[in-house]
Amino acid sequence: MMNNEFKLPPKPKSNRKRVRNLIIALILVVIYYWAFSGVLSRIDWSFVNKLSDNLTRIVPRLANPDWAEIGKVTELIFETVFIAYAGTLIAAVLAVPFGFWAAGNMVKSPIWNTFGKWFLILDRTFPELILAIFFVISVGPGAFAGVLTIGLTSFGMLGKLYAEVIESIDMDVVEAMEANGANKVQILFYAIFPQVLPEFLSFALYRFEVDIRASTVLGLVGAGGIGTLIVLTAANRDWEQLGLIIISIIVVVMIIDYISTKIRKRLV
Amino acid sequence: MITFNDVSLVYPNGTQGLKNINVEINEGEFVVIVGLSGAGKSTFIRSVNRMVTPTDGELLVNGENIIPKKGKELRKLRTSVGMIFQNYNLVNRSSVIKNTISGRLGHTGTIRSVFNLYPKADKKLAFENLKRVHMEEKIYNRADELSGGQQQRVSIARVLTQEPSIILADEPVASLDPPTSHQVMTYLRRVNKEDNITTIVNLHFIDMAMEYADRIIGMRDGEIVFDGLVNEVEEKTFEQIYNRPIREEDLRGSENDASASGE
Amino acid sequence: MMPQLQENKTDKVMTKNSVYSVYPKKVKFQITIIFAIVFSIYFYSLRETEADFLEFFSELNLIFEKLLRMFPPEWSYIQAAIDPLIETIQIAVVATTFSVLICIPMSLLSANTIVKNKYLYQTFRNIMNILRTMPDILLATIFVSFFGIGIVPGILALTIFSLGLLAKLLSETIETIDPRQMEAIRSTGGNIIQVIWYGVVPQVLPNFISYGLYVFELNVRASLVLGFVGAGGIGSIIDTQLNFMQYQKVMAVLILLLVAVIVIETISNALRRRVV
Repeated sequence: MMNNEFKLPPKPKSNRKRVRNLIIALILVVIYYWAFSGVLSRIDWSFVNKLSDNLTRIVPRLANPDWAEIGKVTELIFETVFIAYAGTLIAAVLAVPFGFWAAGNMVKSPIWNTFGKWFLILDRTFPELILAIFFVISVGPGAFAGVLTIGLTSFGMLGKLYAEVIESIDMDVVEAMEANGANKVQILFYAIFPQVLPEFLSFALYRFEVDIRASTVLGLVGAGGIGTLIVLTAANRDWEQLGLIIISIIVVVMIIDYISTKIRKRLV
Repeated sequence: MITFNDVSLVYPNGTQGLKNINVEINEGEFVVIVGLSGAGKSTFIRSVNRMVTPTDGELLVNGENIIPKKGKELRKLRTSVGMIFQNYNLVNRSSVIKNTISGRLGHTGTIRSVFNLYPKADKKLAFENLKRVHMEEKIYNRADELSGGQQQRVSIARVLTQEPSIILADEPVASLDPPTSHQVMTYLRRVNKEDNITTIVNLHFIDMAMEYADRIIGMRDGEIVFDGLVNEVEEKTFEQIYNRPIREEDLRGSENDASASGE
Repeated sequence: MMPQLQENKTDKVMTKNSVYSVYPKKVKFQITIIFAIVFSIYFYSLRETEADFLEFFSELNLIFEKLLRMFPPEWSYIQAAIDPLIETIQIAVVATTFSVLICIPMSLLSANTIVKNKYLYQTFRNIMNILRTMPDILLATIFVSFFGIGIVPGILALTIFSLGLLAKLLSETIETIDPRQMEAIRSTGGNIIQVIWYGVVPQVLPNFISYGLYVFELNVRASLVLGFVGAGGIGSIIDTQLNFMQYQKVMAVLILLLVAVIVIETISNALRRRVV
């Protein structure tokens, strides 16, 4: 056999697979063409001329935070943290029963169980800002609307994570206790909770980290926290104050992430 | 030819891997290194393709000291020294043929290899080598669909595709059952004889060492404690190397399956 | 049965096979303290945020009444929302693409299986961590101040926002790959790019695609925020209509957005299940 005549045996590839790959590739090309051409036609290129001017004007002022405003900023950041805290805690508690409802190994009836799963999926579909708008309209602007928003969005995610944890537990222990003649509540407290609680707490803490970032946004629609001040400061071109806000948020988020990670490491 | 001149290796954590090794391995030899785990067998073998770097001495491979080699030079050395691993180390999610042709990487430009543009001769070589280990039926299967023995055969094909002058095998049968172990060793032995490739194999099974080796080197605590042709070896020699009586677990046997898990 | 139970009871670890076992006093005390702290912060937060659940539930009918101001949605307004929605999705696609591309070198450099130099990968890891502390709204505000109102700051904000997350997920995946597969490629004489392409990419590709889709979903949601600060997308018309208290129009836009989110996430989930 000559070298240049050599061919590897043909790939046993089904036509269906090839067609499928081709279709996926085609769809991707179309989506990308659509997205990039759309974006290009929407861009107002005049920013290019102003950019260096803006940077030289704004960056030095951002880098020179106005510490006089620290009181106001701290107060609002604390409000943000409290919104996240209260919201996450409500969600973390509320998600426990729903987690059990959506866990396949806890609910005997599969239909009822699927129902629980769907309920949590439904909850997760709502973007935070949409829920925040609903709550601001119904309970009025303020931090309370924020707490309700964070509580409701985190609840869906935590419920799902809890259900996964519950599904992964060792059912032998439960069985052993059933054999001992323990009733349902006893089984819950002695066989199931010890297995799932550390992970429940760990997920709740993680969610708290996420929610701190999330609750900075709520102010956009009047649901409390630092968001309102961010928009207002930028609108007033008060870059020194914006600089202060940036630094404060980074510091607070990092501290909370650090503490939360530490605790989570000890939990699991 | 491989020559160790006073080679020592101390790991960064202070463990002494090799102590003043002096040994010469001739072209085309089939050498089996025996010793308990932790005796330095692996360090010895990995020094030859510089997966580890000796801290002292001189290591000549085909007349060149390889210890100072770096970058391109080092990669060139590795293309001529093939390696087979205990856990086969195939890329699980890639096909058999892609795993095999990755033996050509050292000979192929970066761009060509990223876009899978191998010369026909390379593809042919890879396919022929898969035929040699009787794996030509499975070339488009994913590596993780194969059994352990089949994966090790593919890894032999990968090494052959490198066209090496030396093959190193680090506990190639420790994860296999006895019949498959013999099969893999037979392939290694055949390649050694047919292509005259110097082969160094780490084993801790005494009976397999006796069956396949030309020459046996015994190691303990990073030192060579025995070096001789296979017909000079007796059971007592192994007891000296291991510094304890021979046990059941030191034998692979042909039916004993209990020790299949390896080091 | 009995002797086994006895054994469990004396076990000093908290084995709960026996219903008689009790927690040690010290653990009980610690748990009580922790609960007390957690709940006192909670009640303090409720006070600070003026959250009054009693009022909330007693005035539920009033709240529903207020909510009813959003109904019926003004469907005709959807027409005006279609183009901003398209803009939102296009921004999300472009931003996801950029962050996926940039995250490849970023995550390789911050994975300790690839970069052996401790200082180098620590540096990249710290950059990533700082990126992740910035909420999307802050990034969008800063970029709007630099680039002016338009979609450019929106794209940049989302790119940076998702980059931090994506690079973290991917670098953690790269750190858990099987190093032996890389070792084998290195032993054939492959250079660093060949090692990554042959030894790393096949191992992380399915996860990578899955993360990319996940981040795209997040970006579609996050791009809602952009409009409120003038960085393009559907948020701007919601902001305007909210300010005019045109709640029925707002409702129509929200329903449209919700449908879009559901459709996109359904497709993305289906794709994700295929690759993993």
